[in-house]
Amino acid sequence: MVDTVVFLVAAVVILVGALGVIFSRNPVHSALMLVMTLFGVAVLFVAQGAHFLAAVQVIVYAGAIVVLFLFVIMLLGVDTAENLSSEPLAGQRPAAAVVAVASVGLLAVLAVRAVQVSTGAEATTLPLDSERSNIAVLAEVLFTDYLFAFEVTSVLLVIAVVGAVVMARRPRPAATDELEDDGSDGDDLGVERHTQTEAELA
Amino acid sequence: MTVDETWYLVLSAMLFTIGACGLMVRRNPLVMFMCVELMLNAVNLTFVTFSNVLNDVAGQVVVFFVLVVAAAEVVVGLGIIVAILRRRPEATADDVSMLRG
Repeated sequence: MVDTVVFLVAAVVILVGALGVIFSRNPVHSALMLVMTLFGVAVLFVAQGAHFLAAVQVIVYAGAIVVLFLFVIMLLGVDTAENLSSEPLAGQRPAAAVVAVASVGLLAVLAVRAVQVSTGAEATTLPLDSERSNIAVLAEVLFTDYLFAFEVTSVLLVIAVVGAVVMARRPRPAATDELEDDGSDGDDLGVERHTQTEAELA
Repeated sequence: MTVDETWYLVLSAMLFTIGACGLMVRRNPLVMFMCVELMLNAVNLTFVTFSNVLNDVAGQVVVFFVLVVAAAEVVVGLGIIVAILRRRPEATADDVSMLRG
C-alpha cells in the first residue's frame, strides 16, 4: 500500500515536472521543473533499493548540473520568456505528437514484453542481497569487474574539463597578441645585443 | 504490496517520450539540453528497474557511468552554448544549422 502511494506520488511529480520542462516559456522555470523531475526519479530509486544512486542523483544532478544550467542562463541573460505560440516549421508539432504517441506505445509494449521474457537467470555479477548494504555491493563490483571503465571515466572527466575551458575562454584580442609578440621580439633582440657586446669585449 | 515492475517501465517510457518530444519541438538550446537530461533519466530509471527485477547490481553500475557521462556532456555542451550565445544572445538551434558538416 505504502509502495503504491509512493510510486503514484513520484510518478505524478515526474510527469508534471517533465511536462513543465517542455512547456515553460522561461528557461529558468524549465530548469526548476527539471529539479522536480530529478527528485521524483530519486524517490523511485530509493523505492527500488538503489540508495547510493538516489543520493548521487540528488547531489550530482539536482545539485551540480541544474545549478550549472541556471548559472549559464543567468550569466548569458537569456532568461527572457520565449514566444511559443508561433510555429516556425509548419506541421512540426502535430508530427511530434504523432511520434510521441507511437513511441510511448511501442516502448510500453516493449517494457511489458521484456518483463515477461526475462528468464530469471542468475546474476552474472553480484546479486542484490539484503544483508549487505547497497553501497557495499555496488562498490565491490565497481572496483573489481568495472575497474577499467571506472579509470577511463576519470580520463573522460579530464577531457571534458579541458574542452570546457578551451571553449568557454574568451578569445584573446588581436591587439594584445601583437604587443606580446613585440615584447618578446625585443627581449630576443636585447639578448642578442648583450651577447654581441660580450663577444666584442672578449 | 509492491508495485509491479511494468509500471516503472511504462513511467520511464513516458518520461523518455516527453524528453524526445521536447527535443524535437523546442528551439532554445538550453531547453533542448534539459530534454536530453530527461531522456537520460528515463533510461536510468529503466536500468535500476531491471537491476531490481533481475537481482543483479550491474544495472546500477551502468547508471553510475551514465551519471558521469551526463555530467561531462553537460559541461562540454554548455561550453558550446556559452560560446554561441555570447556572440548572438538570441540564437536558436536553427541559427546554428550552418555548423552541419
